Amino acid sequence: MSSRIYNCLSAIADVIEENKDFLTDLDREIGDADHGVNMARGFHAVQEKLPKDEADIGVMLKKTGMTLLSTVGGASGPLYGTAYMEAGKVLAGKTELTSADFSAALQAAIAGIQKRGKAERGEKTMLDALMPAYETFNAKTAEGASLTDALSAACEEAKKGIEYTKTIRATKGRASYLGDRSIGHQDPGATSATLTLETILNCLKEN
Amino acid sequence: MVGIVIVSHSSKIAEGVKDLAQQMAQNYTGLVCAGGMEDGSIGTDAIRIADAIRQANQGDGVVVFADLGSAIMSSETAMEMLEEENINVRIADAPIVEGSIVAAVEASIGSPLDRVIEEAMKTREFHKA
Repeated sequence: MSSRIYNCLSAIADVIEENKDFLTDLDREIGDADHGVNMARGFHAVQEKLPKDEADIGVMLKKTGMTLLSTVGGASGPLYGTAYMEAGKVLAGKTELTSADFSAALQAAIAGIQKRGKAERGEKTMLDALMPAYETFNAKTAEGASLTDALSAACEEAKKGIEYTKTIRATKGRASYLGDRSIGHQDPGATSATLTLETILNCLKEN
Repeated sequence: MVGIVIVSHSSKIAEGVKDLAQQMAQNYTGLVCAGGMEDGSIGTDAIRIADAIRQANQGDGVVVFADLGSAIMSSETAMEMLEEENINVRIADAPIVEGSIVAAVEASIGSPLDRVIEEAMKTREFHKA
């Protein structure tokens, strides 16, 4: 039988595959038209290579990160690869997630992306979805919300973050070459990051 | 002897840069390519880069020349993965073609890592028009 964490990673792979063309089209507008294809290739490898019965979330996230590093190809490889590996370090030995675990893992993932991409919030990147989501998750948790309720609110903030990326110009990555012409387009990375959070939410709700 | 790793999104670019550099430093054996993905597609792979750094390392350090975007991020990821292996590795803030050529010449005459990088960085001032 496959573990819950494998099923969740596999669900992320399915969602990325379903949105492959959408993500690539977004990237065609302001980048090099490879985000969907690259992410789908990476997560297809995750689906294929990871041990289905491994239940240790930390081990599985680290393996996911290593696999993405060697299969994605574009900038999302080292960015998502680092994010998953950093989250995996925090969740070593865990087979269940508490709200505190989820918060710590998301914080580590964001810190990893910031370190790797040398990016800040407001630069039209996945951080514009993930950072407000993280803050909302913590705020809702502090108010007493359950893990899934807090994550649900966080996903709504991430979606607002995607909308926000339409209003700003890119200063990082390939889109920065476009300058003001990047305004009006949503960021593909913020989009794939939000899809990831929404898929994790659905997986947690199912259990 | 200092090793050199050439990181590009394209395996052809990496191989071509190596050929050019090798022409200037024919007896130098420290050049290793990490171009493209394992399956031959365009992209960079931190794990292949880490392997190339290990291969290039002869104990006197390794300098990495990278093209744009994820080549640099993947190289930095590779360096982090190698932190416990005690290899002195640095990314040169220099053009990949000119930098690699100058570094190969400098490394082939036995210069230390700092010197190899310093000479490679001078190529940033090579004006073409």
